[in-house]
Amino acid sequence: MDSEYSHRKLSHLRKVLERSGPFCRPDFEPSSESLKFLMQTCKILVIGAGGLGCECLKNLSLMGFRQMHIIDMDIIDLSNLNRQFLFRHKDIGASKSETAAKFINDRIPGCNVIPHFCKIQDKNEDFYRQFHIIICGLDSIIARRWINGMLVSLLIYENGILDQSTVIPLVDGGTEGFKGNIRVVLPGLTACIECTLDLYPPQITYPLCTIANTPRLPEHCIEYVKVIQWPKENPFDCSIDGDDPQHINWIYEKSMERAVNFGIQGLTYRLVQGVVKNIIPAVASTNAVIASICCTEVFKLASSCSPSLNNYMIFTNTDGIYGYTYEAEKNINCLTCSQTIKEIEIKSIYIKLKDLIQLLCSKNDLQMKNPGITANISGKIKTLYIQSVPSIEEKTRQNLSKTLFDLGLRENSEIIVADVTTPNTIMLKIKLLKNS
Amino acid sequence: MASPIPKSPEQSEKNRKYDRQLRLWNDHGQALLEGAHICLINANALGTEILKSLVLPGIGAFTIIDGNKVTEEDIGSNFFLDADSVGKSRAHVSTQFLLELNPDVRGDYIDEGPEQILNNSPDFFNNFNVVIACAILEKSLIILAKKLWELDIPLIVCKTIGFVGYIRVQVKEHTIIEMHPDNEIPDLRLNKPFELLKTYFDSIDLNNFDIRDHSHTPYVIILYKYLQQWLINYQDIPRTKIEKEQFKQMIIDGVRKDENGIPVDEENFKEAIKAVNICISHTSVSNSLKEVLNDNSCINLNSKSSSFWIIAKAIKDFMENEGDGLLPLKGALPDMIADTEKFISLQQVYHKQANTDIEAVWKRTLQLLRQLGKPSDSISEKDVKLFCRHASELCIQRGSSLANEYDAKLINTNEIAQSLENPESLMVYYVVLRGVEKFQAEYNAYPGEFDDHVEPDIVKLKACISKLLGEWGCAPLAKDDYVHEFCRFGGAELHSVSAMIGGLVAQETVKFITHQYKPINNTFIYDAVTCSGSTFIF
Repeated sequence: MDSEYSHRKLSHLRKVLERSGPFCRPDFEPSSESLKFLMQTCKILVIGAGGLGCECLKNLSLMGFRQMHIIDMDIIDLSNLNRQFLFRHKDIGASKSETAAKFINDRIPGCNVIPHFCKIQDKNEDFYRQFHIIICGLDSIIARRWINGMLVSLLIYENGILDQSTVIPLVDGGTEGFKGNIRVVLPGLTACIECTLDLYPPQITYPLCTIANTPRLPEHCIEYVKVIQWPKENPFDCSIDGDDPQHINWIYEKSMERAVNFGIQGLTYRLVQGVVKNIIPAVASTNAVIASICCTEVFKLASSCSPSLNNYMIFTNTDGIYGYTYEAEKNINCLTCSQTIKEIEIKSIYIKLKDLIQLLCSKNDLQMKNPGITANISGKIKTLYIQSVPSIEEKTRQNLSKTLFDLGLRENSEIIVADVTTPNTIMLKIKLLKNS
Repeated sequence: MASPIPKSPEQSEKNRKYDRQLRLWNDHGQALLEGAHICLINANALGTEILKSLVLPGIGAFTIIDGNKVTEEDIGSNFFLDADSVGKSRAHVSTQFLLELNPDVRGDYIDEGPEQILNNSPDFFNNFNVVIACAILEKSLIILAKKLWELDIPLIVCKTIGFVGYIRVQVKEHTIIEMHPDNEIPDLRLNKPFELLKTYFDSIDLNNFDIRDHSHTPYVIILYKYLQQWLINYQDIPRTKIEKEQFKQMIIDGVRKDENGIPVDEENFKEAIKAVNICISHTSVSNSLKEVLNDNSCINLNSKSSSFWIIAKAIKDFMENEGDGLLPLKGALPDMIADTEKFISLQQVYHKQANTDIEAVWKRTLQLLRQLGKPSDSISEKDVKLFCRHASELCIQRGSSLANEYDAKLINTNEIAQSLENPESLMVYYVVLRGVEKFQAEYNAYPGEFDDHVEPDIVKLKACISKLLGEWGCAPLAKDDYVHEFCRFGGAELHSVSAMIGGLVAQETVKFITHQYKPINNTFIYDAVTCSGSTFIF
């Protein structure tokens, strides 16, 4: 076991780690210590045990890594089996992270994958601090933003200078159909997820008046049932569960009825599922491409054998194979990773609190989902509105239609905003737009 | 709790399992995949990673050809082997592990190398849909490539050494029906409306509409109406930038005004203005489609012609007759601001004409089948419908022979010489990889494979490369860096590099089998150090 890192079966890795080459990073020192570090010390966290996560565990374990954690809150579904290759039919209903970890530990001797069957938000700073590198294969932008915020919050600055030993690199992958992207984030040093929030396309939304009054597409009918008819009729006494076939059946039938009434064609069961669950097409081969590039980057970072991807790569393989690399730029005013005091500009101090919340959700560089706001008003911390806790929501709801002025806010007042997209609250200074 | 009437369609287990990919290539793509049989030569890490991404989506069957016994090194890089596999047949063990991924897939193996099979059973390869060769030696590769070229079976050759990956696709002729373009250009026929559409447009008078109807009129109708006005004064539709701006101004002027003479907010007019650049143009046939329609295989059908060419000919005949120079109508209307009634009735006009066109192409297809003495059920109406819907995307790719590429007199040396002048070009990796093949043929090992041979192998590999470049009439490599790098790699197969190339090869294989999406033409080289990839044509 002690000499496993010098074993013949690792000779592929040893060639690139124990020999020097003209394209290595200048600080790379070839030796058997590199592989020893990968196998014994280097701790990697894989976030998401889905299409990318399964691939990542396999790739990392065959690139010499042995100390890995995997975190995922999901259970295995039949529709995962076309790409999440560590799962079998018998595993349906079991935890993704636990099943994936067991498979890898059984297949690769000496591998020590530790599963966490929970949300990333259930883990604290101490948990995340233990890792050397984090690799992320998520389909949720909110979760990506959250982990990005977490890694930035672990950075320590002394006299304004970043302590580089607190930087935990984040390697992030995403796929859609025959397309995908990979990025390497060095929190505090290179562009973080929030710096380039505009890279994510806005979600398709249909205007309420269209779905209610002038539907034209089958999607409009489905949205109507989802957004208006379901809450009204509440057929199963609960909110919609996209994985419950009864729920999908109900929505399919009601949407079909509506489509027929309006003479709209082309409504299919597959479309209903796609709209209700916001399904992104996914296929094994693309996951393999994207996850393997992510893992090569982890290998480069951990061994310093080669320079890293700088810092964003996109693959579009619908017409031939087309890869494009570019450097996403750090936003000096980034809400998450810059060291400046953040400001929010408003038209007037007499706007209502609900308008401020609307602004926090719609501003391109904020894109919050359910902001809760507290404020420092004459030395006292006052809760203005919190949506996520029902009892507080009820008590603070009346503030929504009050003006900021009436709530005691003035120019340069500081508000503290909490949101699902970030693990920490964000302090914003209120500024009035000059020309108004 | 209201219990709904059970009228939702029953979802088959298969449909549910493959849901995420059916949204890409649809049921007809899946059916082709499930009917396909592919052959993999050499189940190294790259080979099994390719098969993994084909077994998971449900390829019909695979056959592995591999005469090697599993080594310790194999286990360190290949996921579809385990610690107990050492010394066993690599073909056998990897077949078993791969079959565990999907019970719908059949798989078998032959534990012989391609050399023996090519010698002993030359017809072995005749019935595969795609053949994939990993880490194959130059000598066998050329024999295999010649054979598959004659058989018109796609061959994908691939390898990874260290951080470098290589894919070469050899296909004599590949036809594509669905390209899945990112931005589909709508087929609206505004400048040449068919009878039904013209009648419909003419039945509408925007001036008579109240403000509600006016602001809920689909932009297609708005564009048509203003185009008619335009054509009173002009010979042709607006073409230049200035003309288009003038045309847009006409539309802006058409927006209704309130009692104070201020234009009201009509979003459909805004959409119309935005749509001018895309929708106001002459309906034309793309060059790649012209290539298909004017191809000899299309013009001169024979008893061996595939469905693709027969339907393509039917479309060509349609265009030259009842189609009046135009393709069969797509029949799809993009979403636009409108009330339900106006949108649906317009949609139905397009839909109806599309069906009429399909019917005509279908009749012509049957006629061609009769002339060719083929059974009338050899092409279904559904196939014709798919072709008509995607007629503008039809495409043919003709590749080049690998055997010619390996002939110093026939290889495209211009491309090599020109690319080598650019220090950023990945062509240098192609040259070194070809040099490594020469080295292997001569010394029966990878350069740098053994720790104590690295230095002497640098000299030998350099000599192999110089010889090749000399044969091609190219100047020697400017730097030795790449030679050093490959001797450092020593033929190492890094799993994550093989997994990446494996995923790409699986994508290309799916493209060949489904006739959807466009495959590469014809060589792809990837450098994982710089994360850059390039396509070259040989």
